[in-house]
Amino acid sequence: MASETHSATSAGSATESPFTPEPYVVERRVVETADTVTMVLKPAGGRGVPAFLPGQFNMVYRFGVGEVPISISGDPNRPDELVHTVRSAGKISDALTKTLPGETLGVRGPYGVGWPLQRAEHQDVVIVAGGLGLPPLRPLLYELLAHRDRYERVEIIYGARSPKDLVHYEDVQKWRTRGDLRLQVTVDAAGREWYGDVGLVTARIPDARFDPPRTVAFLCGPEIMMRLTAQALSTLGVPEASIWLSMERNMKCAVGLCGHCQWGPAFVCRDGPVFRYADVKRMFSVREL
Amino acid sequence: MSGAPVHAPPVLRVADHPFFHGLDERFVQLAGSGATERSFEAGDMLFLEGDIASEFWLVFQGKVALEIAQPDRPHVTIQTVGSGDVLGWSWLVPPHRWRFDARAVKATRTLALDAKTLKDAFEARPEDGYRFLLRLLPVIGDRLENARVQILDIHGV
Ligand SMILES: Cc1cc2nc3c(=O)[nH]c(=O)nc-3n(C[C@H](O)[C@H](O)[C@H](O)COP(=O)(O)OP(=O)(O)OC[C@H]3O[C@@H](n4cnc5c(N)ncnc54)[C@H](O)[C@@H]3O)c2cc1C
Ligand code: FES
Repeated sequence: MASETHSATSAGSATESPFTPEPYVVERRVVETADTVTMVLKPAGGRGVPAFLPGQFNMVYRFGVGEVPISISGDPNRPDELVHTVRSAGKISDALTKTLPGETLGVRGPYGVGWPLQRAEHQDVVIVAGGLGLPPLRPLLYELLAHRDRYERVEIIYGARSPKDLVHYEDVQKWRTRGDLRLQVTVDAAGREWYGDVGLVTARIPDARFDPPRTVAFLCGPEIMMRLTAQALSTLGVPEASIWLSMERNMKCAVGLCGHCQWGPAFVCRDGPVFRYADVKRMFSVREL
Repeated sequence: MSGAPVHAPPVLRVADHPFFHGLDERFVQLAGSGATERSFEAGDMLFLEGDIASEFWLVFQGKVALEIAQPDRPHVTIQTVGSGDVLGWSWLVPPHRWRFDARAVKATRTLALDAKTLKDAFEARPEDGYRFLLRLLPVIGDRLENARVQILDIHGV
C-alpha cells in the first residue's frame, strides 16, 4: 500500500542501535496551555541534532517512566535544537510535560516519512490543523515560508477546542500578519471574549482561496476532523492523491519490527505517519483495524 | 476639495446574496418583498432565544455569534456566521421560536426576510420553494455536524 509515501524517506539516520535513546537536556520549557508544553532540547555532550523532515517524530523517553512517539515541532533549519510539543494524555506524556529545564530526556529518531512538501511546489497549499495537529505541521510551515516563492497561495486553517487550547500562539500571530499567506483560526466553542470564528475547520474552507485541482493539502488533527476535512476538500475538487494527513497509533519499536502500530496493511511508524488520503481513505471508514 | 468622497454603503439586495444566486428571479423578488435592512454594532443582539422567529436573515457583512445563555455562567458561542451566510430556520417550523441568541461580534449588515412573505412565496411558486429548501437543508446539516463534533469533543480525547 501507499507505495508513494515510501519514496519520502527519512532524512535523518536513527541512532546506532535503533532502541538506544540519546540523552538530551531540556533547555527551555514553554507552557502552551493547561496541559501542553513545548520543550526545547539540546543534545548532551556537544553532539549535533540529527537532521529531520517536517512530519517526522522521535521516541521521547522519560527515564524510569517510559517512551512515547512525539512529532518534532521545531524549525528544520535550526540544527542546534530539537523541539517537541507534548500534551499530557496519560502517564508518560504527563511525565514529559513535567520535565523541567536542566533535566535529561532520552530521544531516539527521527522516524517515519515526512510531509511531501516538494509536491506542493507551484501549487496552492492548504494546511489544516486541529488542536495538537499544529505542532507536527509547524516544521512544514517553517520550511514552506523559508522558500515561500516556490508555492502559490497558502491557506492555513487552525481549529482548537477553545481559545485557551490554541498552541504556538506567538507563531500564529506572526503568520497572521504576513501578507503572503492567509490564516483562519476557529474554535469549537468560546466565550464572549473571543472575537474570532467559532465552528468546525470545515466551515472555514469556503472562505479559503485556492484552485482545487491545483492544490496540495496537508492535514493533521483528530481523525474525525481529518476525515471530514479530506471529504470536504475532495468534494470541492482537490485530488485525493494531493491530500496528505498524519496518523497516530500506539507505538513500541517505531522501526517497523513489532507490529504495534499496525493500521490495516500499514505500519504507521514505518509507512507513515504521513499518508496520502487516496491510499488510506478506505481505512478511515473501518471501525476497528 | 478635501478628503475622499463619502459613499453611502450600497443598498443590500436579496438577489446579491449568495444563498439566492441562481434561483428564479420572480421567486427572489416575491421572497424578498418583505425584506428589511438591519445593521448592528458589535455587541448588539439580533434576537434572543425564545423570541418569536419571524424572519430569515441574510448576512452580507460582519460576523454573528450564535450563543447559548446559561444561568449563572458565561454565554457560550457555539458557532459564528459571517458574510455570505444565512441565519435561522426556526421561522419555518413550530414552535417558531429562536433556539439560541444571536449577537453581532462586529459591525454587521443584514437583510431580514419576513417569514410570512417567504412562506407565501413558497405557496405561490412551490418548485422554487422546494429549491430554496434544498439550499437550506445543507446549512442545517452543517450546523448539526458542528453540534455533533462539539459533543464528541474531538480535541479533548
Ligand atoms: C507519530 C506520532 C506522533 C505524535 N506526536 C505527538 C506530539 O507531537 N505531541 C503529543 O503530545 N502527542 C503526540 N503523539 C501522541 C502521544 O504519543 C500519545 O499521547 C502518548 O503516546 C500517550 O502515552 P501516555 O503513556 O502518556 O498515555 P497512555 O496512558 O498510554 O494513554 C492515554 C490515552 O491516550 C491514548 N493514546 C495512547 N497512545 C496514543 C497515540 N499514539 N495516539 C493517540 N492516542 C494515544 C490512549 O488510548 C489513552 O486514551 C503522537 C503519536 C504518534 C503515533
Ligand atoms: S511501532 Fe513497532 S512496528 Fe511500528
